[in-house]
Amino acid sequence: MSNKIAVQVDDLTVAYNYKPVLWDIDLEIPEGVLMAIVGPNGAGKSTLIKSILGILKPIAGSVSIYGKSYNKQRSLVAYVPQKGSVDWDFPTTALDVVMMGTYGSLGWIKRPRQKQKKAALEALEKVGMLPFKNRQISQLSGGQQQRIFLARALVQDASIYFMDEPFQGVDATTEIAIINILKELRKAGKTVIVVHHDLQTVPEYFDWVTFLNVKKIATGPVKDIFNDDNLTKTYGINYKVSIQE
Amino acid sequence: MSSAQIEIQLIASLVAIACAIPGTFLVLRKMAMISDAISHSILPGIVVGFFITQDLNSPLLILLAALTGVITVVLVEYIQKTGLVKEDTAIGLVFPVLFSIGVLMIAKKANDVHLDIDAVLVGELALAPFDRLIISGVDVGPKSLWIIGGILLFTIGLLVAFFKELKLSTFDKGLAASLGFSPAIIHYGLMSVSSITTVGAFDAVGAILVVALMIAPAATAYLLTTDLKKMLGLSIVFGVFSAISGYWFAHWLDASIAGSITTMLGVLFLLVYLFAPNKGVIAVLYREKQQRTEVSLLTFLLHLKNHDEERERHVNHLNEHINWQKVRSKTVLELALKNNMIVINNNIVSLTSKGDEFTTQAIDYIITNEDAQIEDMKDDFFLFRG
Repeated sequence: MSNKIAVQVDDLTVAYNYKPVLWDIDLEIPEGVLMAIVGPNGAGKSTLIKSILGILKPIAGSVSIYGKSYNKQRSLVAYVPQKGSVDWDFPTTALDVVMMGTYGSLGWIKRPRQKQKKAALEALEKVGMLPFKNRQISQLSGGQQQRIFLARALVQDASIYFMDEPFQGVDATTEIAIINILKELRKAGKTVIVVHHDLQTVPEYFDWVTFLNVKKIATGPVKDIFNDDNLTKTYGINYKVSIQE
Repeated sequence: MSSAQIEIQLIASLVAIACAIPGTFLVLRKMAMISDAISHSILPGIVVGFFITQDLNSPLLILLAALTGVITVVLVEYIQKTGLVKEDTAIGLVFPVLFSIGVLMIAKKANDVHLDIDAVLVGELALAPFDRLIISGVDVGPKSLWIIGGILLFTIGLLVAFFKELKLSTFDKGLAASLGFSPAIIHYGLMSVSSITTVGAFDAVGAILVVALMIAPAATAYLLTTDLKKMLGLSIVFGVFSAISGYWFAHWLDASIAGSITTMLGVLFLLVYLFAPNKGVIAVLYREKQQRTEVSLLTFLLHLKNHDEERERHVNHLNEHINWQKVRSKTVLELALKNNMIVINNNIVSLTSKGDEFTTQAIDYIITNEDAQIEDMKDDFFLFRG
C-alpha cells in the first residue's frame, strides 16, 4: 500500500426518484488495497460503485480517480457488474464476452483484432476457463459465468478494479479461485474494491473495509475497524462476529 | 416474370433485409413491442409530412415520420420513468393516441388525395412499380425501390461501423457505460434507424405488417443459433425467403402480398419452433426423455454397485427393488447392455468394469456439483450412440 489515493469521493449524494440512497459520502481509497464494501440490503453498495463509474449520475458531490475525473481516467478502471445484470441467453461465446473488455481501449468504431483476441485468451487461461472459450454463455454454470466476468475485467489491464458481488451464487472452488486472483492483483499493486455480503470472510479475504448504510459508517484497515461496534452501527442490530486472528 | 414482378420481389426483399437488421437487436433487447408502437405512431408524422410535401416518397416526409417514431420512444420512456405505470402499459398508452390522431387527420384533410387508411395499414406493394423515379427524362426504376435501397445502405453502414458498440450495449449496458460507450446514444441511434426503416417500409408492407418483418425473422433465427452474426445472417435469409415466397403465395391466391409475406413468416417460425435442433419443442421433449432415461440408468447402476447380494440383482426382481414399471426397466436394462455396462449371467445382473468406472465417475461429479463434466462424460462413454 502506498500513500497515493486511488479513488476519492467527496460529498456524494445519489437519489432514486428524489429518495436519497447515498447521503453525503466522503471516501478515500488508498492505492493497493483489497477493500470490501459491506452493508445491509439497500445500503447503496452497488449504487456507490455505479456512481463512481459514472453509470449513475449523482445529485451532488464529485468523484476522482487519481486526482482526475472518471471520464479522463476510464482506461485505469475495470468493472465487474453483478452476474444477474445481463441476459446469459445472449447469442455469444465465452471468448467474445471477454473480448468486450478490450472495447474500451479500442474506442468507437475500431474492431478487435488478433492482439485483443490474444489478451482475451490469456485472461481466460488465468481464470481457468480456456477449455470453455467457444462455449455459448448460457451453457456455463454460475461459477463459470462469474469467472468469465472476472476475465473480462482482467483483460482491461486496469489499475483499479470494481466488483459487484463476485461471490454471489458461486461454488466454493470458484470463490477460492476468484479470491486468489484478487489477492494477486493486489500484490501487483492494483486497487481492488469489492461489494461483499459474507461478513465471516471479510478478515480472511480483505485488508481494507468500508461500512456503508446510506451514509458511510467507517472506512479503514480491517484489523483496526472491523469490530462489533461498527457492525452494529451498520446493521442496526447488536451484531457479534468472532474475528479469528 | 414481368419486370414489374421482379421489381416487387426486389422491393419486398430489400424491405425484409432493412427490417431484419434493427429487428435482431430489438428482439435481443426485449423491445419487440417498441417496433409495434413506432409503426403505429408514425402515422401522424406521415400525414403531416404529406400535407407539407404532397409526395409520399419525399425524404422530408420520411424524416418527419421517423421523428414521430423517436418521439414515441421518448414519451414511452418518460411515462415509464415516473414509476406510475409499467413499460408495456406506457407503450399501450402512447401509440394508440398518436395513431388515432393520424387517422383523424386523414379523415378530415386527406380524403380527396392519395392517402387512405387501408394503404397505410397493409401497404400497396402491387402498386409500387407504377410510381417511377424519372431523372432528366430517364426512367431509373420505382421510387420505393430507391428509397428502401437508400435506407438499407444507411442501415448496413451503421451496422458495420457500430456492430461492436451495439453488441456490447445490448448485452451489458453497465459495462458499455463504464467503458465510455453511452448506452443512450446507441439506444436512440437504434430507435432512429428502426423508425426510418419503418417509414421506408410502410409504403410497401404497411405500417402494421412491418412489425412482422422486424420481429419474426429475428425470433426465428434466435432459435437456431448462438452466434450474433449468424443470427443477423439467418434473420436476413428468413426475411428474404418469406418476402419472395410470400409474393408467389399471394400471386397464387390472388390476395394481399403483405398478408401473404406475414403468413409465410408465421409458418417459418412455427416450423423452426417445432423442429429446431436444440431449442425446438421436439428436440426439448426428446432431450427430456433422454435425461429421464439417463437418470434411471444411473439409479440402476448405482443400485448394482451398492448391492453384492444376488437376491438384489436378479433380473426378475429388479422391478420390485427399484419400483419401476416393466417397460422402463426393460429400456434401462437394454441401454446398459448396449453400452457394455452390465453383464447378465443366470439372470443375475453384474456391473462390468466399464459400468463400474462410469458409475464412480458420475457419482463423483454429482457430489462435487460439476454438472458440466457429466455432459463430457456422456461423450466419453458413447452413451446414446450407435
